[in-house]
Amino acid sequence: MGMDMNTKLRDFHQARWDEPIIYELSRKGERGILVPEADQVMQSHDEGLGDIPEGLHRKEPPNLPEMGQMRVLKHYLRLSQENLGADLNIDIGQGTCTMKYSPKINDQLAANPKVSELHPCQPEETAQGLLKMMYETEQYLKAISGMDRFSLHPGGGSHAIFTIASIVRAWVDSRGESDKRDEIITTIFSHPSNAAASKLKGFKIITIYPGPDGRPDIEALKAAVSERTAALFITNPEDIGIYNSRIKEFTDIVHSVGGLCSYDQANLNGILGLTRAREAGFDLCFYNLHKTFSSPHGCGGPGGGVVGVTEELAKFLPVPLVSFDEGSGRYFLDYDVPCTIGKVKDFYGVIPVILRAYAWIRSLGDEGLKEVARVALLNNNYVFKEILKIKGASAPYAEGELRMEQVRYSWEKLTKDTGVTTTDIQNRMFDFGVHYWTSHEPWIVPEPFTIEPTESYSKDELDEFLAILRHVANEAYTNPEIVKTAPHRSVIHHIDHDYLDDPKKWAITWRAYKKKYTGYFEPKERKDG
Amino acid sequence: MEKRKVVHPYIPNSVPEVQKEMMEAIGINDIEELYKCIPDELKFKGPLNLPKPLLSEWELKRHVDGMMQENASCLEYLSFLGGGCYQHYVPAICDEVNRRSEFLTAYAGEPYEDHGRFQALFEYASMMAELLEMDVVNVPTYDGSQAAATSLRMASRITKRDKVLVLGNSNPDRLRIIKNYCHPGVEVEVLPFDLETGTANMDLLKQKVDENVAAVYFENPSFFGTVEAKGQEIADLVHDAGGLLVVFVEPNSLGVLAPPSRYGADIVCGDLQSLGLHMYYGGARAGFIATPDEERFVMEYPSRLFGIAPTSHKEWGFGDVAWERTSFAKRENAKEFVGTAAALWAITAGVYLALMGPKGMEDLGKGILQRTRYARKLLSEIPGVKPVFPQTPAYREFVLNFDDTGMDVEEINQRLLEEKIFGCIDLSKRFPSLGSSGLFCVTEIHSAGDIERLAKALAKVIS
Repeated sequence: MGMDMNTKLRDFHQARWDEPIIYELSRKGERGILVPEADQVMQSHDEGLGDIPEGLHRKEPPNLPEMGQMRVLKHYLRLSQENLGADLNIDIGQGTCTMKYSPKINDQLAANPKVSELHPCQPEETAQGLLKMMYETEQYLKAISGMDRFSLHPGGGSHAIFTIASIVRAWVDSRGESDKRDEIITTIFSHPSNAAASKLKGFKIITIYPGPDGRPDIEALKAAVSERTAALFITNPEDIGIYNSRIKEFTDIVHSVGGLCSYDQANLNGILGLTRAREAGFDLCFYNLHKTFSSPHGCGGPGGGVVGVTEELAKFLPVPLVSFDEGSGRYFLDYDVPCTIGKVKDFYGVIPVILRAYAWIRSLGDEGLKEVARVALLNNNYVFKEILKIKGASAPYAEGELRMEQVRYSWEKLTKDTGVTTTDIQNRMFDFGVHYWTSHEPWIVPEPFTIEPTESYSKDELDEFLAILRHVANEAYTNPEIVKTAPHRSVIHHIDHDYLDDPKKWAITWRAYKKKYTGYFEPKERKDG
Repeated sequence: MEKRKVVHPYIPNSVPEVQKEMMEAIGINDIEELYKCIPDELKFKGPLNLPKPLLSEWELKRHVDGMMQENASCLEYLSFLGGGCYQHYVPAICDEVNRRSEFLTAYAGEPYEDHGRFQALFEYASMMAELLEMDVVNVPTYDGSQAAATSLRMASRITKRDKVLVLGNSNPDRLRIIKNYCHPGVEVEVLPFDLETGTANMDLLKQKVDENVAAVYFENPSFFGTVEAKGQEIADLVHDAGGLLVVFVEPNSLGVLAPPSRYGADIVCGDLQSLGLHMYYGGARAGFIATPDEERFVMEYPSRLFGIAPTSHKEWGFGDVAWERTSFAKRENAKEFVGTAAALWAITAGVYLALMGPKGMEDLGKGILQRTRYARKLLSEIPGVKPVFPQTPAYREFVLNFDDTGMDVEEINQRLLEEKIFGCIDLSKRFPSLGSSGLFCVTEIHSAGDIERLAKALAKVIS
């Protein structure tokens, strides 16, 4: 019999292959693949390494594993089974990251050799299809944001933030204000890279905290701005899922002192097509193509972060842009960007990710995109109402208000009542085959967790996730030990974190492990001198 | 006629009855109530200016495939293009693994339910570490250029110096990325290369390296394909001045060439594209950074680093090493920043190295060296064509000069295109000191026949 449809709890156990480290599978002489040999005529020109000087020859072959092809395949397939992707999961526990369905057709479209086997320096006339796709994607992004020009280059959201910080830096420098405008304001519930990447570009960081309703404190912003303000880097809705209705006042305040405003829309899912960066007064914004625009997350990339700017700032974008020449009817790589920051990434962007986003937008159109946002809001508020009924759970800030596409919840009461923490709950959720994340640091919300249902999951699946969460919270009150000692039915058991922070103990590669340990973590005797 | 609502396959809860049920549970009558917090003047009311949706999968496929039909790929044309992106063979197993749902659609799971990706990435780092003979390798960053830029920032923090010297025979686009990334805070000075050899100018380096220099950076092979044999000399020079040596290396050369750690490199970086990634018009990249296992290096990485750890049940466990360095933990007080970058490509590169093994990497490197020499010699025999840096050994790429043909490179490439050949990267604008020159590339996918076809076409074009 399958799962009990009444309790909606599965008798789950994740695949557990007890798979060795790949080096333990090596057998001398085995081969995984053969390399095409140079034809005889080329070999006759050559003795060994030919003109490579002796000193540059590799003396010992690299210590790589030696394995037959099927063994390599099997090893990686087993590891893949020991990994819970979104396709197998009700992946709403990783709030802020928009773990929506990545349509398989889009993977197929991106795998076309007419895409994958193109060289970036081949003549533009032989890449018109791809250039057109990039050009059109930019037009769609312009429609969605109201901005005037986009760069498709950055490889992820943090990279997009870095690109924006570079543009702000170039803008400040171009006005001769390098020493004067040296502050960037952000909020504590904006992604940490807003602060970190801005710092890297030489700015001082001012962080605004929320007021009692969870929204960034507008009085704190007023106090923070001055002629030193280079820019505001802000997310909306922020990680806690509350929309800042006064966002236009925020941008007006920053503009009044001559600063720029950058909108972190890595996750646009709750407002897609409903409200735009342009009308909210922003000069720059960015979207993650692997969040809102459905490209798969790939265990942490490749992703895509596209940066939109107003006409005034377009001259700073990285080169090249993709433009269209009316005369010849051709698309081309456009290097005519007068004050360009130069480059932030090799070539022109993460093409397979851009193509998936293009296909996703084309498959939904205007009404479909708006339905994405509307259903993301519906799903989230349905889950919100249900989670608030769970004993020990709460959603700090803005009591009585509904939320946007996600909510940051707290187990503060549950932890106080039972001693079970959000990390314990996390480890127990794995036992039921779902992923669960806590939150970005710092934990302003105590014992936090962040749920983002997106538009991808049916009501039944949301109910299943809720049943698991309810069950685990109930266990915290009735059988806390089982929660505290979890996971029990995941791939492995409790990890000893001491081995990850102590330089004498950590081993970041097998090579380092072999130098520090023998057998199973038995320290080798150190021979000093 | 009443417009029918589309129930989209990607949005199960667009079924009107389900929506009604959920709205009741929430206590609203209309979904619009859920975004009444958006002020009216900020609401976008019109239709987005987008084309009509392609609702069926078939329409979508026909449209996108049709558009891509306008491209000519390097499987249809014979390509000799390199310059940072390379046409190597991608083993079937690489695609098989990176297209697995479990890896493709996972993200930020914990080391328990996402044990597989932690182990695969630890193993990737372990195999790279052996190839590079370094003990620490990161979870990769966006691309090799990002890795180079971060390596230089790391060198600056480690030495507490704010100037780096980079050799002018480096990839010029990479230098633009480095310059933007290092500004402000780290001054980047580009040193002209030796015009005779296409390698480091030692006299100049000796003048320039002093106690203000955090690092010297060079690429091996260089942008021109020239192999730098003076690595140890450069290392000694910069070490004597208290600085570090940063080398950007092509990992697929290391089955035959000595890794930079053998000639004194302190930080080694590069790109993984050549290890099992398709070219994707330059869109599949991942950057690695490798260092010794010393705290002064490890604590300066901005990247994730995955370490191995014991579990309560004696399994192999994994986790983040020194998490407190990262911007996830420390926001603006972290080392640079970190975010979603290129993990799936690292898993793929790991599969590639596991398939190739030591012998495969040796065969690959040797075969590329043989083809490089053959192609350079054959093409240089064509009247009017001169090899540039003829005395310097080359790996995979080499430069030819066409001054004596009276033709510019653009014209030669245009004529080769008529022969269904993607010829060379035109260097004449970016490196005017090389005259009318082009950069050619050969890899293990090129047969002698392919190279002879290029030679014949080139002879015809310039005669």
